[in-house]
Amino acid sequence: MTLTIRNASKTYPDGTRALLPTDLTVGQGEILSLLGPSGCGKTTLLRIIAGLETPDAGTEVRFDDEDVTRLAVERRNVGMVFQSYALFPNMSVRANIGYGLKVRKVPRAEREQRVDEVLALCRLGDYAERAVTALSGGQRQRVALARAMAPRPRILLLDEPLSALDAALRDSLRDELAAMLRQFRITAVFVTHDQAEALAIADRIAVMSQGRMQQVGPPEELYRTPVSSFVARFIGNAMPLPGSIVDGRLVLPGGHLPLPAGTSGTEVFVRAEDVHLDDAGPLAGTVETVAFSGGHYRIGIAGITGETLFATHPGRQAPRPGDSVRLRIDAGDLLVLPQDRS
Amino acid sequence: MRLTLPRFLQLAVTLLTAAFLIVPAIQSIVAGLTVNYFRGLSSGLTLRWVGEVWRLYADSILLSMGLAVACLGVTLVIGVPAAYALAKNPGRLSRILEEFISLPLAVPGLALALALLQLYGSMTGFRTSWTFILVGHVLYTLPFMVRSVLAVLMAMDLKSLEESAATLGASAATRFRTIVVPNAMPGILAGALTVVTLSIGEFNLTWMLHTPYLKTLPVGLADSYASMRLEIASAYTLVFFVMIVPLLMAMQWATDRAQRISR
Repeated sequence: MTLTIRNASKTYPDGTRALLPTDLTVGQGEILSLLGPSGCGKTTLLRIIAGLETPDAGTEVRFDDEDVTRLAVERRNVGMVFQSYALFPNMSVRANIGYGLKVRKVPRAEREQRVDEVLALCRLGDYAERAVTALSGGQRQRVALARAMAPRPRILLLDEPLSALDAALRDSLRDELAAMLRQFRITAVFVTHDQAEALAIADRIAVMSQGRMQQVGPPEELYRTPVSSFVARFIGNAMPLPGSIVDGRLVLPGGHLPLPAGTSGTEVFVRAEDVHLDDAGPLAGTVETVAFSGGHYRIGIAGITGETLFATHPGRQAPRPGDSVRLRIDAGDLLVLPQDRS
Repeated sequence: MRLTLPRFLQLAVTLLTAAFLIVPAIQSIVAGLTVNYFRGLSSGLTLRWVGEVWRLYADSILLSMGLAVACLGVTLVIGVPAAYALAKNPGRLSRILEEFISLPLAVPGLALALALLQLYGSMTGFRTSWTFILVGHVLYTLPFMVRSVLAVLMAMDLKSLEESAATLGASAATRFRTIVVPNAMPGILAGALTVVTLSIGEFNLTWMLHTPYLKTLPVGLADSYASMRLEIASAYTLVFFVMIVPLLMAMQWATDRAQRISR
């Protein structure tokens, strides 16, 4: 199913504008992530798609050719995984998964068969008769997914599906969730504030901030060519290089950097992995912190900009705090962006 | 553990208090089973007085049971949806409404009964029917049902549960039937037992509302003490105990369970 949203917006009775007019299209079988900090309007947009939130007049939500804007949530045939999972505590795993089929009056035999299919697909076969209160966090998440998928929804919506899990579990379940979503081949929209989650799972990411869609595109595109400093900071933690631009060169307290030719932006950003220690580099600074993180060192350097600049250093040895170092940043790795409208 | 003086005093006070409470109850029960109370236990034991109670007051016992069941039915039909509405719309107005429903707890039963008499006393058909007492009992027991169900509903993530049921295709009525009621069941059960126990034991308000043809169990008890021989009144107490004590115990159990869930 193709999801088309035109001019979607939401204003609360107290005047708060949770979502400014937004357009979005999600293609058949595509997994789109709505990414942004809390309060950016991503959950509001998801709830408008589900039918749980009444949008402002003028909003249009289409499932393929059907206008569902005014269709009640229980008739939209969406599958939704909630942040808290919201499993029904009065029912077993099997009854939870079968609930959507039961309220749609699917005959018992067919219902059992469909539940068994989904149980197998989500590797829950051994837990079918258990009470949901007796499950671990990861198992609960799979039950929530299975319950949403059992009625064969037109679209799957996930609201921060991993945030209820502890950090160690979250990393391993992220890849598992990505694999399961691919297996379902369903159009899916999932909300997250965690860029690593979005990068790992989504085909395309829509970055949102303050009720506005900032940029929509494949993960690589957002990472390599962000259109705004917000996107650059949010995806890949780009660091600002505040300095004045004189004759195509960026003037910093720690030295001068050549900018790529033909840029019109005014704000310059760089990511830690593009800052290299190089004795012949044009920038000079002092090592402030050194942290070893397995494959590389993360080195904090003072004196280049007003703040600490971080470099990811892959070598076997690292300088010590207090050492003077020289740095190189290749012109092609600089992100030169227009000033944010805010 | 040595029996020091403070500990001894503690124990003595506890035992005395227990005796103070239990001895009259035992005495009363024994009196109801003795052939002649004034000659004491030596006159022998008998179930004759219990039989007399049944002969004289069967109507009261049956009326009380009927009233309790009807009262339970009405408080369920009004109280559960009311608690649901309060839980779904938290806010200042809901708090005020909740307090308003609880008002009959603070107002003495006599005052409540007087108000009912003033308002409906002239409607003879209603005044002399058992439904008149039922109205009083519902007024008095409804807050217990609402509060008990509300506490359990507030403790669960009602909004998410209902929303997820809605995305799965359940209409509002289906959600109420399949999600809200089953999950509120511990609260409903605790509320139901409280309502039945209170309705059977209620005297204050019922005494004002009753007519000579409509005596409930406690009103009958007062009547038997006032006009029958002591053995019959004591046997009546025994019957009352047998009916109310299991209910009280069940109520205690259900309330504990509901409170564990809402914590």
